[in-house]
Amino acid sequence: MYKLSLSDTKKALLTRKFSSVELTQCFLNRIEKHEYLNAFITVCADKALEAARQSDQKISTNSAGELEGIPLAVKDLFMTKGIRTTAGSKMLYNFIPPYESTVTEKLLNAGAVFLGKTNMDEFAMGSANITSHYGPVINPWSKKGLKLVPGGSSGGSAAAVAGHLCVAATASDTGGSIRQPASFCGLVGLKPTYGRCSRYGMVAFASSLDQAGAITKTVRDAAIFLKVIFGYDSRDSTSAQESVVDLESFVGQSVNGMKIGIPREYSIDGMSVDVTNAWQLGMDIMRSAGAEIVDVSLPHTKYALPTYYIISPAEASANLARYDGVRYGFRTEDAKSLDDMYKKTRQEGFGTEVKRRILVGTYVLSAGYYDAYYRKALQVRQLIKKDFAEAFERVDMLLMPTTPHSAFAFGEEPDDPVSMYLNDIFTVTANMAELPGISIPICLDKFHRPLGLQLMAPKFREDLLIQGGHILEQNADFPALEEIA
Amino acid sequence: MKYLQTATGEWEVVIGLEVHAQVISNAKLFSDASTKFGVAPNENVSFVDAALPGVLPTINSFCIDQTIKTGIGLNGTINLVSHFDRKNYFYADLPQGYQISQYDNPIISNGYVEIETEDGGYKKINLERIHLEQDAGKSIHDQHPTQSYIDLNRCGIGLMEIVTKPDMRNAAEVSAFLHQLRSILRYLKTCDGNMDEGSMRADVNVSVHRPETPYGTRVEIKNVNSIKFIVSAIDFEVNRQIEILDSGGVIDQETRLFDAASGKTFVMRSKEDAQDYRYFPEPDLPPLRLQQSRIDAIRATIPELPRAKVQRFQRELGLSFYDATTIVAEVEIADFYEKALVANSNDINPDAVDEDFAKLLANWLVVELFSLLNRNGNSISESKVSAENLGELVMLIKTDVISGKIAKDVLTIIWETGKNPATIVEEQGLRQITSVEAIESALREALSEHIDKVAEYKNGKDKLFGFFVGQAMKKTEGKANPQMLNDILKKLLSE
Repeated sequence: MYKLSLSDTKKALLTRKFSSVELTQCFLNRIEKHEYLNAFITVCADKALEAARQSDQKISTNSAGELEGIPLAVKDLFMTKGIRTTAGSKMLYNFIPPYESTVTEKLLNAGAVFLGKTNMDEFAMGSANITSHYGPVINPWSKKGLKLVPGGSSGGSAAAVAGHLCVAATASDTGGSIRQPASFCGLVGLKPTYGRCSRYGMVAFASSLDQAGAITKTVRDAAIFLKVIFGYDSRDSTSAQESVVDLESFVGQSVNGMKIGIPREYSIDGMSVDVTNAWQLGMDIMRSAGAEIVDVSLPHTKYALPTYYIISPAEASANLARYDGVRYGFRTEDAKSLDDMYKKTRQEGFGTEVKRRILVGTYVLSAGYYDAYYRKALQVRQLIKKDFAEAFERVDMLLMPTTPHSAFAFGEEPDDPVSMYLNDIFTVTANMAELPGISIPICLDKFHRPLGLQLMAPKFREDLLIQGGHILEQNADFPALEEIA
Repeated sequence: MKYLQTATGEWEVVIGLEVHAQVISNAKLFSDASTKFGVAPNENVSFVDAALPGVLPTINSFCIDQTIKTGIGLNGTINLVSHFDRKNYFYADLPQGYQISQYDNPIISNGYVEIETEDGGYKKINLERIHLEQDAGKSIHDQHPTQSYIDLNRCGIGLMEIVTKPDMRNAAEVSAFLHQLRSILRYLKTCDGNMDEGSMRADVNVSVHRPETPYGTRVEIKNVNSIKFIVSAIDFEVNRQIEILDSGGVIDQETRLFDAASGKTFVMRSKEDAQDYRYFPEPDLPPLRLQQSRIDAIRATIPELPRAKVQRFQRELGLSFYDATTIVAEVEIADFYEKALVANSNDINPDAVDEDFAKLLANWLVVELFSLLNRNGNSISESKVSAENLGELVMLIKTDVISGKIAKDVLTIIWETGKNPATIVEEQGLRQITSVEAIESALREALSEHIDKVAEYKNGKDKLFGFFVGQAMKKTEGKANPQMLNDILKKLLSE
């Protein structure tokens, strides 16, 4: 039963094939058995079983919510009231939130059962889930003797879903943190339009780019999951008032007559033949489904990554200033003054990658550098948005690889941070332009590692992603996830 | 006295202010926590104020309305689009590690306040801008030998930062500006101007230079919290700077603090230590867009402001400039006066302003009631004599029902009993005697008891006139109409 999709699990629970308590217990056992994946930072077994009992009660009285009794995992940057929330950092090693994030509150109201909090790159900064204070996460697709990274920053969520340690998981995406690990782990990852999901209660990394979403086994699962967490929230001034459609109704709808844009700038040097072939496969599938494949240009694409690595650290440098040891979280043991306390707390509490980005962010906002870096980056961001706006006048969706390569093994990762940042090269643009994007598993490469393709749509057109994503999913050359033990 | 004169020549002083005025609002600027003053430490703190992970600011639209109102009242331009920015610095009472402020797109631009100058004219003090920002909390360093305490009650309360142009030339102008600004804000009910509670504070920028030359290097004196201290700080600072310049030195651009005990300013930080606040647009808040209709609706609620009121009181009520400004200075006093003014509107033609009554009322308010208030240490809002009662009392004087002398006693009785003046007059039989016969008979009685003195008077001892008035008054228990008594006495003595 642990291998079922969310939609099948929902059916099985409602038809009493098994109870939520049975399923929850099963996942808890599996989490324990697969501890080596290190997918979870905190497991809340007692709370989960209690919630499952209540769900079974509701199912038996026919008052089940949309996600009643479905065991989910929650990325450890969503505030969960009474459940430790660390954002993968030592800085919050002891932080137990007194409030619930909007996203998790909506899931709870829909009847979801939380198994625990998933591992992640520290403060969502990373692309391989190797920056977590709680240790790296192992990709369940790893073979004996060769451990693969799960991608990041939502590596724990992806590993938990791919390893069948939960039905689906929340994730967040600032530059690709949903789509890239989904791609590395052979899963569906949908990053909604900026503003679709409330950011209230999400540990902030880069406020103008952060967006909550889901990592699921199927496109239909994503539709069911996201419908629950979408919607305006008055507690988030950047949340969108746009109405929410029934995404699941777009599963199985035809793409006949649609125009699918292929942005030529995404064909980059050093991209593997496997990725190129995967992309071609996606085009073929779309064409066979009756869509027209159109070449488009997004001329400012090459500036997206450097721009992203100015804007996101700049915002992060301010967002992370609150972790100062004064009110909560980690505080250094020995400090001689307030300044000394700040320095030591932040020196000891943050990891290397987080400190690097705080430094970069502080630098680009400094007097004398602001105009050259930050202001310029904001201007380039406008140009990137304009590129997409113009492309979407000609096409309905864009199709491109999610990442330039498949999951790499521990030890294979690039040793300089800039090469590591290249992981995000195809995904950051959606964040920069506030667009929705979905990653769909399409095939395996020659190393038997999953590859994903990405669809992007205009703002608030997640319905198109479900529609197109389902076509790709149905025709992909991708083995069933059930293969994973 | 336009310039200061020293041995080396003339100096011109240039002063600009940054006034932090706390917005009157029940809730904070970006959270729903209360702004109530004087509660237990850290009682008014929401998750947003404490900057827990994941919280987000949301704009309190009432604070925006209040700022628009202030902008209109200070003759500013209301910007239809403005932005919030983050001002980054670390301090223990700044939980976010940044203050949400407005850097290059404030909600209000320009504006001015008119002050009276020493020569009786008016001078415009121009404003640069008014922007909205959140206040920080409070660090308390004197409660524990090695630890500091943090109180976040104030943290996140909305502040309007009112920035003037460098338009003031001496401490007197600064004082006049601050009094006028405070008065306007209190009329608008957008800031209570209470400097003791810190709801109005000012940073003062001071420089000196030779007339007809560019401005000198300015020194900022931070966070001075009373007008008196601001004046002392400016006086000290001007002398300090001139002394340095006179002896050939240069002024360092620095931030100083004023020590009230010594009356001196001292260096807080030099230019080299100036912080880089790394302002950037607040990504958690979209630009603040205002509808013109919202501004128009607020404009319609702007009350008559102090300067217009002073002019109207002079023009329509015939008040002296002194009385008008004294009454108008505090909105509560002006309200009291205007309420007292119409207390008898049933008795008089409401369209015709009775200048005599208005002037008499002003006098009774400013002299008699004020002295009662002072004696009892009460403010006007604590007055035990209501505006209506004062109005009626003055009307009793005006219509010769009682004399001014008796009225003073009645006022005291009102203060003590809260009774209506007419009731007191009736109950205690204080009504003025205006019958010629009654007064004449009292006088005749008094004169007949002092025949010797009458003779002395007639022999040229004029001073005895007062003595006879006193004797006759005694016989009427002070109730005789004094004018009539005088007139009749003169007549009798000349018989």
